[in-house]
Formats: sequence, C-alpha cells, structure tokens
Amino acid sequence: MKDFNYHSAKDSKEASKLASSSSAFLAGGMTTIPSMKLGLATYKDLIDIKNIKKLSGIKVSGKSVTIGAATKHVEVSNSKDVKKAIPSLSSLAEGIGDPQVRNRGTIGGSIANNDPSADYPSACIALNATIHTNERKIEAAKFFKGMFETALKKGELIEAIEFQIPEKSSYQKHPNPASRYAIVGVYVAKHKGDVNVAVTGAKSCVYNDKEMSKALSGNFSSSSIDGMDLDSSEMNTDMHASAEFRASLVVTQAKKAVDAC
Amino acid sequence: MGKISLEVNGKKVEKEASDNTLLSTFLREHLQLTGTHIGCDTSQCGACVVHVDGNSLKSCTALAADVNGSKVTTIEGLETNGKMHPMQEAFKKLHGLQCGFCTPGMVMSAVDLLQKNKKPSDTEIRDWLEGNICRCTGYQNIVAAVKEAATKM
Ligand SMILES: Cc1cc2nc3c(=O)[nH]c(=O)nc-3n(C[C@H](O)[C@H](O)[C@H](O)COP(=O)(O)OP(=O)(O)OC[C@H]3O[C@@H](n4cnc5c(N)ncnc54)[C@H](O)[C@@H]3O)c2cc1C
Ligand code: FES
Ligand code: FES
Repeated sequence: MKDFNYHSAKDSKEASKLASSSSAFLAGGMTTIPSMKLGLATYKDLIDIKNIKKLSGIKVSGKSVTIGAATKHVEVSNSKDVKKAIPSLSSLAEGIGDPQVRNRGTIGGSIANNDPSADYPSACIALNATIHTNERKIEAAKFFKGMFETALKKGELIEAIEFQIPEKSSYQKHPNPASRYAIVGVYVAKHKGDVNVAVTGAKSCVYNDKEMSKALSGNFSSSSIDGMDLDSSEMNTDMHASAEFRASLVVTQAKKAVDAC
Repeated sequence: MGKISLEVNGKKVEKEASDNTLLSTFLREHLQLTGTHIGCDTSQCGACVVHVDGNSLKSCTALAADVNGSKVTTIEGLETNGKMHPMQEAFKKLHGLQCGFCTPGMVMSAVDLLQKNKKPSDTEIRDWLEGNICRCTGYQNIVAAVKEAATKM
C-alpha cells in the first residue's frame, strides 16, 4: 500500500478543512483500506473521522430514526431503540458481512461508497431518508447517482442519516454465500400514503421499483406482484447470477418482504 | 511516520511506524508477534483476527495509526502462565484444526463470541464464524470445540 498522511479530525470543520482532491475520509476503513491495498485507490491524505463525537449515536423521535454517520453496523444491530422503531433496519445491519466487518464498518461509509450491492442504500430509499451533511440536507432519492457515485461533493461530510419510521417494513436479501453482499436485496416499506420497493444488487445502482410500488400501494399483498415479469435489460450479469435470474429474484424477495411485514 | 503506542497482551509498547502500517504488519513485523496470520490480505478469511479494546477485528484491514492508544490482544496473549486458554484446549482436544493456519483467527473470533454470548447454539456459532475461513477441517470440529469451550469458560 502506497504511503499517505494519516490525520485524526476532532470535528466536522477540521475534517472538511483537511479534505482535498487527493484525500478520503477514514471511517471503518472496510472499503478504503482494501481498495488502497489492491492499488484501486491512492490518496495523499486519510482523514480519520471516527473520533468526531457528533458523528456517532442513534436518536429516535416519534417520526424518525437518526443515525450518526460514523455509527458502526454493530451499534445499529444492537440498538433496542432501532429494533423497536424499525426492526427491519436492525436486521439489515445484523446481516452485513461478518462480525468483524460489523465491528468496524459504518453507515456513513456504506452510503458514501454506494456499492451497487450494499444493503444500507436500499434502506435509505425505502425509508425516505434524508442525508444530513456538513453543508446541506439531501433526499435519498437524489443522493444515489450511479455505480459508486453519489451527490456528495469533494470534501462534503455526511453527518447523519434520518430515516422515516414506516407503518410496516421488511428487508429480504439473497446474499452472496462468500461475501454476504446482496446478489439481490429488496426493502419494502409501507408508509401512510404509499409503498416503496427499494432494490439493491440488481442494477448498477439502488432504485425504487415503480411498477411494484404502484401495485403494492393499490393492494398491499404479495399476490398483487406475483408473477410480475420485470424488465431485465439493465440488470447485472456476473458469475453469481444472470440478469434474468436477478429479475426473477427481485420479485421473489419482494414477495417474501411483503409477507414478512 | 508517527509514534504508535499500544498495550499489547498487557505490555505497553511504543514504536515509530509509517502512517500506512497495517495493524497486522505492526504486530508481525514490528513486534515479531507472528501468531497473527495473514491469509487473504483482502478482509475475507479472518486468519488475522485480534481483539482491540475487547472487540474482534481483522488486523489486515485496520491501520496501526487508527487504533493508536488501544488495548490489543493477540493469540499470544491468551495463555496464562504457560497454560492454554480453554478455547485453545478445546480446539486441541476436539481436533478443531489440521494445518493450523486459520486457527489463531478462529480462536480469537470464537473467544469474542463467548464474551458476548455465553451459550451459543450451533447456528449462532456458524453465523459468528462467517468471517473465518478454514480450508481443512470442514468446520464440524471447530463448532464442537467452541461448544466445549463454552462449558469451561
Ligand atoms: C468482507 C466484507 C464483507 C462486507 N459485506 C457487506 C455486506 O454484506 N453488505 C454491505 O452493505 N456491505 C458490506 N461490506 C462493506 C461494509 O459494510 C463497510 O461498511 C463499507 O465498506 C464502508 O464503510 P466504512 O465505514 O468501512 O467506510 P470507509 O472504508 O472508511 O470509507 C468508504 C468511503 O466512504 C467515504 N466516507 C466514509 N464516511 C464518510 C462520511 N461520513 N461522509 C462522507 N464520506 C464518507 C470515504 O471517504 C471512502 O471513500 C463488506 C465489507 C467487507 C470487507
Ligand atoms: S488476512 Fe485479514 S482477513 Fe484474511
Ligand atoms: S486448519 Fe487448515 S485452514 Fe483451518
């Protein structure tokens, strides 16, 4: 791994001041360190944000659950407050990678990275999340731009993610048996007005499936999406699953999620 | 370059290391604690698992700088006065290892499990060891060893 300068920031202000076009924030390091070791990424400066107190912790109000960006997956999965307010979010966190990944990896790092197979982006879309940064608030629907691409500007720091508490919800993932990343994961959330069906792993970026959302908003029963023939032309094909198989898995996982709600 | 101060297996250590030094490199090459193994070096296999402030992590995926000031326990720190830890005894007794390459990480991960869940079921043991890969044993004897250790700890 090429050498770099390590900095530990005290607060958001210092972190964004240190940021440049050749720096990255270091949260759990579970993506940054492996990609630097493989030579896929090189940075002159790594800015550790783990010690910024304001970035960690979980707050629950009547309508929303707000999670600090540097909060670790294990803290989300162990939180009694999250389990009570949005049980599906707690089980999503429990299903990420393995215990050592969950002991280090953070929610902010996961959504900033926007891996096409990551779990948290689907929760952000399904639960109408608002991403709070040091500069502004961004709606989840406008945050995830494409493969490993987000609306974040260089040096912009995510401070917290605010999830809307739904009436009912469930996340169902068909994991890759080795890495535990989603081959396909579907997060169904029924809100007062409508239903979101957020899909990860199937395409180059997480998305809300409009066809299934519409069918389920009309009749919230797995029978209303049974046998739906989704367009697979933009879906991923790799050694684990073909696009056609992924299209079929999306429906299967969505039905499972509705039944589990 | 910076100063890394850690408490490793109960002993304070202080050494200069470049900022890109991984915790695994620091332990193996700066402190000569080669019990911590490097299998994949890509965060998958778990051979490099150690405890930092009481929680298990993959030392190949952490910088020495970002755990600066912490308490680290490696496989070398489990024994007391030359006596093996109950988890090590159980692995030995029940043949939870063959070549032994994965064993340091497997044992450190399993010890962390029992810190958090005193009586895990077979499924809970298998779920917990998700991040530890063994090419030899087929896992059956590892699960049996963790269960045995749970009765002794
Ligand atoms: C073996 C393994 C298995 C995994 N399995 C899964 C899985 O099943 N599901 C899943 O979803 N993920 C999985 N992951 C990924 C894991 O969830 C990590 O959380 C994720 O890779 C990134 O989080 P991090 O905190 O480690 O970020 P880092 O690696 O520290 O940072 C990643 C990127 O995010 C940026 N960043 C970090 N924090 C912020 C912030 N607050 N504001 C702005 N930018 C920020 C950094 O600059 C960097 O570019 C796995 C990883 C490994 C190694
Ligand atoms: S060597 Fe660290 S996980 Fe394989
Ligand atoms: S004993 Fe050989 S890899 Fe596990």
